Amino acid sequence: MSERTERSEGRERMPGRHSMSERADERDLAARVVELVRRTAGPGAEAEVVVTRSDLALTRFANSFIHQNVAETGTAVRLRLHVDGRTAAGGGNRVDADGLTALVERTRAAARLAPPDPAWPGLTAPTSTPTGSAVDEATAFASPDERAARVRAFVDAADGLEAAGYCRTLFLSGAFANSAGHSAVGRAAEAAMDGIARAGGADGVARHCADRLADLDGAALGAVAAAKARAAADPVELPPGHYEVVLEPAAVADLLQNLAWYGFNGKRHAERQSFAEPGTAQFDPAVTLVDDPLHASTLPFDLEGTPRRALTLVRAGTTGAVAHDRRSGAGAGTGSTGHGMAGGSTFGPIPSNLRLLPADAAPVATVDGPAGSVGAGVTGAVGDPDTAALVAGVRRGLLVSDFWYTRVLDPKQLVVTGLTRNGVWLVEDGVPVRAVRDFRFTESYPRALGPGRVLGLGRRPVRQPARSDGSWWEGPALRLSSWHFTGGASG
Amino acid sequence: MGFDAATAAVQAALDAGARYADARVMHRRYESMSARNGDIEELAQHESIGLGVRALVGSGWGFHAVPELSDAAARDAGRRAAAIAAASARVPGPPVDLVPVEAAVASWASECAVDPLGVPLSDKGDLLVGATATMREHGADLAEGLYQIWDTTKWFVSSEGHRIDQHIRECGGGISATSIGDGETQRRSYPSYRGQYGTTGWELVTALDLAAHAARVAEESRELLTAPECPSGETDLILGGEQLALQIHESVGHAIELDRILGWEAAFAGTSWLDLARLGSLRYGSELMNVTIDPTIPGALGSFGFDDEGSPAVRRDAVREGRWVGVLAGRDSAAVAGLDHGGSVRADGWARLPMVRMTNVGLEPGPHTLDEIIAATDDGVLMDINRSWSIDDKRLNFQFGCEVGWEVRKGRRGRMLRNPTYTGIGPVFWRSMDMLSSETVAWGTPNCGKGQPGQIGHTGHPAAPARFRGVRVGVRA
Repeated sequence: MSERTERSEGRERMPGRHSMSERADERDLAARVVELVRRTAGPGAEAEVVVTRSDLALTRFANSFIHQNVAETGTAVRLRLHVDGRTAAGGGNRVDADGLTALVERTRAAARLAPPDPAWPGLTAPTSTPTGSAVDEATAFASPDERAARVRAFVDAADGLEAAGYCRTLFLSGAFANSAGHSAVGRAAEAAMDGIARAGGADGVARHCADRLADLDGAALGAVAAAKARAAADPVELPPGHYEVVLEPAAVADLLQNLAWYGFNGKRHAERQSFAEPGTAQFDPAVTLVDDPLHASTLPFDLEGTPRRALTLVRAGTTGAVAHDRRSGAGAGTGSTGHGMAGGSTFGPIPSNLRLLPADAAPVATVDGPAGSVGAGVTGAVGDPDTAALVAGVRRGLLVSDFWYTRVLDPKQLVVTGLTRNGVWLVEDGVPVRAVRDFRFTESYPRALGPGRVLGLGRRPVRQPARSDGSWWEGPALRLSSWHFTGGASG
Repeated sequence: MGFDAATAAVQAALDAGARYADARVMHRRYESMSARNGDIEELAQHESIGLGVRALVGSGWGFHAVPELSDAAARDAGRRAAAIAAASARVPGPPVDLVPVEAAVASWASECAVDPLGVPLSDKGDLLVGATATMREHGADLAEGLYQIWDTTKWFVSSEGHRIDQHIRECGGGISATSIGDGETQRRSYPSYRGQYGTTGWELVTALDLAAHAARVAEESRELLTAPECPSGETDLILGGEQLALQIHESVGHAIELDRILGWEAAFAGTSWLDLARLGSLRYGSELMNVTIDPTIPGALGSFGFDDEGSPAVRRDAVREGRWVGVLAGRDSAAVAGLDHGGSVRADGWARLPMVRMTNVGLEPGPHTLDEIIAATDDGVLMDINRSWSIDDKRLNFQFGCEVGWEVRKGRRGRMLRNPTYTGIGPVFWRSMDMLSSETVAWGTPNCGKGQPGQIGHTGHPAAPARFRGVRVGVRA
């Protein structure tokens, strides 16, 4: 999507943001910390350092006006140290000489008190790192006015409905260095917009994440959200039970996130807390899942300096891999897959850029006709031809826009409870016939995606910003044979 | 230094056109250690300092944060906050007022007998290593222990004359045992999953006596693998205090946040089923239900001297004898709602905008004991220690899972039950509460997420065991 009306606006260069020529700041900082370790802890000490500078700006709106509008510049220095067979990590944002010295000293002190670490996997050896895609400077240096303009467009397109959401830009510049001589640098930029329109207690949502702010069309997103909201008005309550469903990309994103956190996490897999069984056909043949960080603008290395790359987790229904950092990868005998992350020792390595690959030749909806068309049935319920094509095949089921507050009841089977949000419609004979009140569900995600369960997959994936910063999930609409709704809005 | 930078930022925002500005300088040290199966798994230490300034230009807010405290950086941050506020006028809202608050010049510090950062790492490590080793010896497949420490100093200055510094020390910890069976896992924790926390010193962790509970939780986690499944249906439900604390957090605390009620969180955290027009008259729960908003409780995790816009800590009622009477508010949201006080605004660090957050939201003690509640129950289920939580965006429809359940028959606690869950609608559930214990504990929740960009809040929830009639239990896939 493009924001045609806003391309000509001026952009303000924000102090604290760094061009290519300034990248040496992070590289130098990382190198200085490695050198400090060498001087104070001796040449036998193994150190790895990541320096990340970030500029995050987020313009938030509710009740159709901007009510929170923030920007922050941050620096994070992370040091992991392995000395005399013991390991510790420390971090901070003080980058003056005293601050860096204090970081090294307290991390050394922690390492001295840590227990022996016989499973220390060692440092990443010098290796080439992909450069990553070019950073869109217009996104990296976007002004508050540019974000506000997109909000203005969203609100105007909501056409009198209350609107709420945000427009966000993020710029990252990072460097890695370790005492084994490996170093890497990178930059990334991202823009996201997520908004709802509200009509008489019913909400409609539109959400998109891109490498370029120019690809976010506030007006288009606002129009979709408004149409959805109007279509969701006057819902009826249906009885709980098993329903065939078409999940829109926002709801699919929740599936991907939970599968990533609890299933394709190498530490959880080693602990036998994951459902994943590599080599086993655990999913429908239509399912191919790839963790693909380089599909979008990103820092091209992980916290351990391992180059990031695509990792196929499921190919045509068969589980193929789980994500590893250096420690879990050494334990599994596979090596790191580039998923070293903060807190990974405790929570495990988590793939956080998961793509459900779309169907190559899924049917495309027609513009006209009662079933399979965007305009069929409740006006606005189906927002795009991709979803319409899947809805067309449903004799009786539910079209679900979004999931909310999903929590895991049993990690081993990945049984999850949560609620629908931002629109549910009853589909009969391929046409959404009326809005439905929100449901609570309790469902095993891998079971719902199991062999024979996927009845259709869309062709147009939509990248969804994660509700927590720093990751994204991308998939097309998805038609499943059964979803277990365990309660209605009234209990 | 903190006051100087904050003052410079505020002045710069005013000079740039702001009609109100405030700034927070925060310095936070964080330490956590986790152990697994008798070994230290991770030791993390982090230190962060910076400044965040908030400016009000016309009816628009702007906020800018920087990790530097030099005069130049502070002034630049103030100017940028004003510029961002001016950009907000592109999509303007109604006029913004702030309810009055005395411009305090004050210092405040939380009580702390034993500085948690001063306790030797080796002692803290020995505690976790010992407890997790014991759990392994008693059958746990995964034995985990954790403590966390936050030591925060902050300096607050406003254009109205506030000048407040606070030093808040928080810590806590806990242990968990997981047993892995064929196709499922079972977990038991003490005193709750990821622990109990407060604005206090290491004495809190010492008093928990983690080692003394290690063998029990391990054995119970293994026992759960073969325990009968929690039955499905409607029954009387007795909740332990820790689970009731989360029930309060999710179905009362968030519901009474004024920003949610006003629609300011509609797109993300959600709204609230509560309607301001019924404040003072709406029946929230039974007459046993008395909920307070009280940031003055010594040692509770949501305690402070002043909130992050300079309002002093004051105890207020949220629900009195079952009737909804109060909200969590900030100075601007209170003005919109026609209320006369804020007092519940906090920021997760220097880089985040202050927003409405829970402080200590909890139940006043009831007249009973847990033993009396069990003795008075003919047929029901006792559940304790949260395992999963989910609630809708209006804070009405919830489903919680607990680590453990026990059958209650004819006034006695019976066999252990696995996979206990319960579900309901907030006000219906609270109106069914007919027995409440006096055995109150101020449970600490250090992981309350809200806001965009995301913020993690630390909240407290005084709670005691209670009984609820006719609750649906045993929901499963």
